[in-house]
Amino acid sequence: MVDEPLYPIAILIDELKNDDIQLRLNSIRRLSTIARALGEERTRKELIPFLSENNDDDDEVLLAMAEELGAFIPYVGGVEYAHVLLPPLETLCTVEETVVRDKAVESLCRIGLQMKERDLVDWFIPLVKRLGAGEWFTARVSACGLFHIAYPSATDLLRAELRSVYNQLCHDDMPMVRRSAASNLGKFAATVEPVHLKTDIMAFFRDLTQDDQDSVRLLAVEGCAALGKLLEPQDCVASILPVIVNFSQDKSWRVRFMVANQLYELCEAVGPEPTRTDLIPAYVRLLRDNEAEVRIAAAGKVTKFCRIVSPQLAMQHILPCVKELSTDSSQHVRAALASVIMGMAPVLGKEATIDQLLPIFLALLKDEFPDVRLNIISKLDQVNQVIGIDLLSQSLLPAIVELAEDRHWRVRLAIIEYIPLLASQLGVDFFDDKLGLLCMHWLGDQVFSIREAAANNLKRLAEEFGPEWACQHIIPQVLEMINNPHYLYRMTILYAISLLASVVGAEVTCQTMLPVVINAAKDRVPNIKFNVAKILQSLIPIVDTSVVEQTIRPCLLELNEDPDVDVRYFATQALQACDQVMST
Amino acid sequence: MIIAGGAGGQQHAAAAGASGQVQGVSALDWKFSQVFGERAANEEVQEVDIISAIEFDKTGEHLATGDRGGRVVLFERIDAKEWRGRKELERVDSSLPRQPEYRYSTEFQSHEPEFDYLKSLEIEEKINKIRWCHTTNGAQSLLSTNDKTIKLWKVVEKKVKKVKDLNIDPATPVGNGNLGSPVHSPRSYSLKSSGLGRQPSSSHELTIPPGGIPSLRLPTVYSTESVLFARCRRVYANAHAYHINSISTNSDCETFISADDLRINLWNLEVSDQSFNIVDIKPVNMEDLTEVITAAEFHPSHCNILAYCSSKGTVRLIDMRQSALCDKHSKLFEEQEAPGSRSFFSEIIASISDIKFARGGRYILSRDYMTLKLWDVNMEAAPVATFKVHEHLRPKICDLYENDYIFDKFECCLSGDSLRVATGSYSNLFRVFGVTPGSEEATTLEASKTPNRRLVQTPSKSGRFINLGRGRRENRRGSESPVSEINGGVYDFTSKLLHLAWHPSANLIACAASNSLYMYYA
Repeated sequence: MVDEPLYPIAILIDELKNDDIQLRLNSIRRLSTIARALGEERTRKELIPFLSENNDDDDEVLLAMAEELGAFIPYVGGVEYAHVLLPPLETLCTVEETVVRDKAVESLCRIGLQMKERDLVDWFIPLVKRLGAGEWFTARVSACGLFHIAYPSATDLLRAELRSVYNQLCHDDMPMVRRSAASNLGKFAATVEPVHLKTDIMAFFRDLTQDDQDSVRLLAVEGCAALGKLLEPQDCVASILPVIVNFSQDKSWRVRFMVANQLYELCEAVGPEPTRTDLIPAYVRLLRDNEAEVRIAAAGKVTKFCRIVSPQLAMQHILPCVKELSTDSSQHVRAALASVIMGMAPVLGKEATIDQLLPIFLALLKDEFPDVRLNIISKLDQVNQVIGIDLLSQSLLPAIVELAEDRHWRVRLAIIEYIPLLASQLGVDFFDDKLGLLCMHWLGDQVFSIREAAANNLKRLAEEFGPEWACQHIIPQVLEMINNPHYLYRMTILYAISLLASVVGAEVTCQTMLPVVINAAKDRVPNIKFNVAKILQSLIPIVDTSVVEQTIRPCLLELNEDPDVDVRYFATQALQACDQVMST
Repeated sequence: MIIAGGAGGQQHAAAAGASGQVQGVSALDWKFSQVFGERAANEEVQEVDIISAIEFDKTGEHLATGDRGGRVVLFERIDAKEWRGRKELERVDSSLPRQPEYRYSTEFQSHEPEFDYLKSLEIEEKINKIRWCHTTNGAQSLLSTNDKTIKLWKVVEKKVKKVKDLNIDPATPVGNGNLGSPVHSPRSYSLKSSGLGRQPSSSHELTIPPGGIPSLRLPTVYSTESVLFARCRRVYANAHAYHINSISTNSDCETFISADDLRINLWNLEVSDQSFNIVDIKPVNMEDLTEVITAAEFHPSHCNILAYCSSKGTVRLIDMRQSALCDKHSKLFEEQEAPGSRSFFSEIIASISDIKFARGGRYILSRDYMTLKLWDVNMEAAPVATFKVHEHLRPKICDLYENDYIFDKFECCLSGDSLRVATGSYSNLFRVFGVTPGSEEATTLEASKTPNRRLVQTPSKSGRFINLGRGRRENRRGSESPVSEINGGVYDFTSKLLHLAWHPSANLIACAASNSLYMYYA
């Protein structure tokens, strides 16, 4: 039996084997505490072997264990003992649940990065080789993610061996292993010497790109960009470019989809000339692909692509496609285009933007699908810098007003969220003219979320344009609405007041808003009254103590006598806050 | 093997192996092997015990059955187990010399009856389909589905663990350690304390000396026995508006499909909260509905190809590479009925109840009410062979319609070498046909301990016409000897043998007669 003070830690240790999974999980999360209680030596000799043996636990526990062990080096006695952590993680690398394996691989990489070169050779590389030759595919899948740690410190002989193991993994029977080899190839390649990169790694890559399984080829595409960046431009043109051009015409739409996502990354690797001759035509083909999913991916990269190629080429080849896409039959394609097209404005310059892009913007702003319209509005600031506010407001404002009254409340909500951005772009005068009324209007919306967002919006506007402007343009209108016959709307106004109070400062609050709140304390609806109590509590830190004493406290005392129990409860709470302020 | 027109057939020849040299393989002599859950005379069958799905895994080492009570029962092979390595199990390509023998291994409750409150619908617990997934780390996993929900089960041998040498006597009533107080999260704590000698605030008065506390010890774990333990790893729910009729796992070991009456969804095994709709045949107006999906299956080796069949008697092949939503098929297999023979029942009996790919994926076997049809994926106009299963019932078709028997959904299966096909019938009978050109094999067996008891095996007299030029063969075997006459008895339409499965490498058929599982070998 242990001494009394050790009880908590003793229980923690015992609960490593409790029947309740929640308690086991808790103990594993505190593994570092347990390790410190046992001391470094016993952690190495007892705790770690204990964990290695008890690895048939539930997945959640194993996941936690894999994560904890990744940061365990300090508890086993520092870097020179890091290798003792490898065995438990090695077994975790072979479990069946993917998230556990991935976490174990991640932790092994973390540890491997800190290990001394000699230790890597003695412990880490054998582990990679063991996993790579594992009986079950799970081990081999995990092995693929460890080569980039093992390779740099290996001797020439070992390096050759590691490359040959990787080669086997690229040709494994199980598609899962080949997929893992394909997705880790880029990382591994980055550590391989140039001479082997050009021969071995490129051979692996070629084989993976010709795999029978779609799902493998798909991941090989990901390697294109990563490998392309490692190779000399001329090698990249010779060996990667044909592959990617081929892939861009693959019969599987999923492969083309991946190419559409990756293509722009390759432009830099191959240099301007091959980009012009090969990659732009490939990209144009993808923009006009039969499959909507591919066009979505391609459309989403329009701006990134245009930034890489020259403006002239962009106008000549890509802009015509963009025009087509803006009237695409798939709403998702148009939405993807709308989310990036504003970024093209700075690339193309003012003249081209006004001539070519603005009509597209306007068309998309009138799109029947709300996501398309919203995507345009969310990026307005990028265009503003190019074409100036006058033109922007002229052409865009009607569309915005229309959206503000959209019948889908989620659209209205999204628009409200962009109002502060618009306000900052448009400036005070313009805002007052056109949008001020809208903002007030939303406070009376039928949907609570809109009213709530409208109140928050007022606060952000007050921050943007300053307290003085708020006093003139917001507060009077807001206070007027306190007389709404429906208590839910009155509640929104109270909420708006509580938000605005923090922005406009003590004086304005006391003069204009506080009387309204005090008045609301006499409302016939209890919900309003206890909200008044809550707001008064929130006002206490803002206003002077004299105001608290003379106005707020008497009002709260009155509420404290209310027949409704909730009103009394919140009034009591607010009074306690009052007393705290008064006593200090 | 089938010689399907001049150039075709090579791919299949490999599967057929040496026997492909011989024109016509001799008929198999089927013998009773085993029975599980045999019904005693006069014993009443409980509805929940009726078997509703049978499936071998890829190795044939394991067999699973599902029943109307939502249970899944597993059987494992007991002969010749010791010399099989794990790697071999993974690869699945062995042929075993001996006749396989099975034993009950475990069972678990896969689905429970549920109630959909939104639609006021009862959801039965009946298992509609079982499919084995890839073996991982010695653990078997399988998918099972009822009408609405698919579940992934893992069955693993687990050691029963006992713990001793605890620090604190379990009898002492102490709560969870106050280290585990929820005041601050374990996560932030372990980060804070890493590498620092200072004590975190939660272990207040306790100071740990640098060498640790020697009196603390780790619990010792010892195991006594091991038991099979089934655990539900994923639940794939809420993706089907109609009843799920089939599920099929993909050769990429990563995805599977589930099909209901109007849609086919694609899932990733690891992701249970989203699926992709790949086929949707729902018409805008439900009054225009003329066709429903009856079964769907992935190609055995091409991860992008799948086949589905419909109530109109068509089999469609789709290539998922073509587009994300595969409403357009890439191949359509349909046999046009001779205009003269059309009747009121034509459309009902044309409905395909099950399809299976042959190993290698070159052939597709389909079962409609009257026949089994074997299709070459390279020939869409007509099947390469038709086996008449229920021809003798044609005169009674009106009665069958009135009693709804005409809507019974019989499954079909192929032998591992694709040389034979089998399907079920009424009176607990099932029929096995030879597929090889020139084969006269057409055996009828009864699911009982004496499968050949009531049946006279009559070699078919009518020759078959093989049109090698077009690769099309007329096949009239089985039609000339209506079994009801041979029996001299009445057909028992209530005991129907709907579910059966062929062992992937041996000549062993497992079939379900009501609540009993019978196995036959040859």
